[in-house]
Amino acid sequence: MISAVRRVRAAWRQSLMLRVTSATLVLSIIVVALLGLLLLSRVTSGLLESTQRSALVEASAGLNDARRVLSAANTGGTPVSASTLVDSVITALAARAGSPGQFDVLLLSNKETYLAPERGTNLVSVASVPVELRDGVAGSDRQSWTYTEIRYLDGRTAPGLAVGAPLNVPTVGPYELYYLFPLTLQQQTLDLVRSAVVGTAVLLVLLVGLIVWLVTRQVVAPVRTAARTAERFASGHLEERVAVRGEDDLARMATAFNDMAASIEAQIHQLEELSLVQQRFVSDVSHELRTPLTTVRMAADVLFESRDTFDPATARAAELLSTQIDRFEILLADLLEISRYDAGAAALDIDATDLVGLVRRVIDSAEPLARQRDIEVRLVPNLDVCMVECDSRRIARVIRNLIGNAIEHAEGKPVLVGVGADGVGAAVTVRDNGVGLNEEDLPHVFDRFWRADPARARTTGGTGLGLSIALEDARLHGGWLEAWGEPGTGASFRLTIPRHVGGVLVESPLPLDGAVVEIDESVKA
Amino acid sequence: MTERILVVDDDAALSEMLGIVLRGEGFAPFFCADGTSAMRAFREARPDLVLLDLMLPGRDGVDVCRDIRAESGIPIVMLTAKSDTSDVVLGLEAGADDYIVKPFKPKELVARMRARLRRSDSLEPEHLQIGGLTIDVVGHSVKRDGRAISLTPLEFDLLLCLARKPKQVFTREILLQDVWGYRHAADTRLVNVHVQRLRAKIEDDPDKPEIVVTVRGVGYKAGPS
Repeated sequence: MISAVRRVRAAWRQSLMLRVTSATLVLSIIVVALLGLLLLSRVTSGLLESTQRSALVEASAGLNDARRVLSAANTGGTPVSASTLVDSVITALAARAGSPGQFDVLLLSNKETYLAPERGTNLVSVASVPVELRDGVAGSDRQSWTYTEIRYLDGRTAPGLAVGAPLNVPTVGPYELYYLFPLTLQQQTLDLVRSAVVGTAVLLVLLVGLIVWLVTRQVVAPVRTAARTAERFASGHLEERVAVRGEDDLARMATAFNDMAASIEAQIHQLEELSLVQQRFVSDVSHELRTPLTTVRMAADVLFESRDTFDPATARAAELLSTQIDRFEILLADLLEISRYDAGAAALDIDATDLVGLVRRVIDSAEPLARQRDIEVRLVPNLDVCMVECDSRRIARVIRNLIGNAIEHAEGKPVLVGVGADGVGAAVTVRDNGVGLNEEDLPHVFDRFWRADPARARTTGGTGLGLSIALEDARLHGGWLEAWGEPGTGASFRLTIPRHVGGVLVESPLPLDGAVVEIDESVKA
Repeated sequence: MTERILVVDDDAALSEMLGIVLRGEGFAPFFCADGTSAMRAFREARPDLVLLDLMLPGRDGVDVCRDIRAESGIPIVMLTAKSDTSDVVLGLEAGADDYIVKPFKPKELVARMRARLRRSDSLEPEHLQIGGLTIDVVGHSVKRDGRAISLTPLEFDLLLCLARKPKQVFTREILLQDVWGYRHAADTRLVNVHVQRLRAKIEDDPDKPEIVVTVRGVGYKAGPS
């Protein structure tokens, strides 16, 4: 039910056609209803007015007749019984009505006169005369009329017009003479007119709706086609174009769209070409630089190996040459890696890997550095095995980098490494308890060549590109690399990657500050 | 015995430097500076190992690698300036046993070469049976139903390593250590490519391997799962 409501709402929001058509329908229903009511009321009043006029005339004529009959009866000399008198009036009036009767007549005695005879034609019932009319007639000496429902004693009913006037019957007292004109014919006519009007109105509204639907479709259909084309264009089908028909506004829109698409396509192709040139350049530079560097490297090593035979200054020079070539090599490798990312040439080599084992191996390989600085790197995994689809070479590089950084900033305190996973993602946190990071430094830790403290020399030979590359590696996996830090408390880096290729991360299984490691530790203790 | 090394590289300075280092390590180096004459140099020098640059004038290093492999199973170590996946995998698929990315440390290069030249010298005759294959360890030969299968020394070592402990699962890292002689974690693509090449030679249906089986997420093992 709710979903149906939601679907209708969505359709309402999304469909211009639906909105335009329904708005038009509502408005045309209102207009047609007003017009129909006006028409019906005019027809009704026109129809009834003439009936009413002739009825009043007939009623006055009948009244005069009745009076004449009564006065004639009186002047006869012989006393006439009340019932004979009343009968004669009714007979005279019924004769006026003709056959079949155009109207019925009721001769009712005023309420005050009890036991006075009352007469009516054609089984017409006293209930046909509304009490209000009787009150009005009794209180005045003029004709009164109203619409009513004529009831017959045999159960028939018919819409009608009741005209009443007081009539004094000599020797008996005040009477009321009522004319009841059936309006069956008029009612039939009105019913016919009403059904005709309603039918026409409904048909008209439907036709208007259909016309609006067709007209809007003519406008909306090309717009929709254009929207679909734009969507396909946006999703990479750069050759997609809209068909241009005619010279109207829609055709102009289509032409403009096509021009825009062509221009974007050209630009993208240009950028792609630039990117290709860049990639080739990086590759060429790589090769051209690496070959001589290899020669220099080997020469330096040969010198370094035989430094014992040199005088101290030359020996030191050979040493410096060797170590600085190491640094130069790492820097070159990092630069090439980052330019590969910039050129969009980095690709994943995905394999199912045990993240815990991978972290363990990285920690083992960092062991010499850790021992050199007397720092304990402790792995506190929450799991024994954590299978993840990833490029293990890149993920190992990220973790190596994080652990290297942590060792560099640990200030003699242990570095804690945590591994966690849930259904969607897997995470590694590397937490040190060293100098920590300022809040204003946090956004910059992934910047290229950024240093927390410019006065601080790099001691472990980092290039300043490590975290930038690590961030790109994480992103390439569809994952996150985040930093947390507090001055004096320490810093924590958290890598979160989807466990399966194409997975979308919502949250990380481990807290950013690496706290789970400490909690686990206390549980174990 | 002095091992003969053929260096195929177009960079004169690097070749000369390699010569100095190789001679210092007790090897006998031979040189060739372009791809077109590489095969002639190979036949003349009859080397025990080839150091092959991937980017060569004349003929591509990958083609040269394929040609050498067609004639001989001797160890080929690629020298490459590119660590990009496609180039390395292309070279490995062409039959190279190992690769080393420029710039490399001479010690690392020599370690790589020695690992390739080292022969598992077992004195006692030893025959292993695995999935219809008979492995003669001393004779360095593998037979299937009496028919010899030609394996390169590397492929032989890889098969031997797995076959000596059937049913035991070897991770790629362990294989890199035992077969290639890497002391630190290296590129596991080496293992993947060579397992493919080995399967293509020994399996009935390389797509449904029965001798060298993949253990998903862990590594490889010999024998049916």
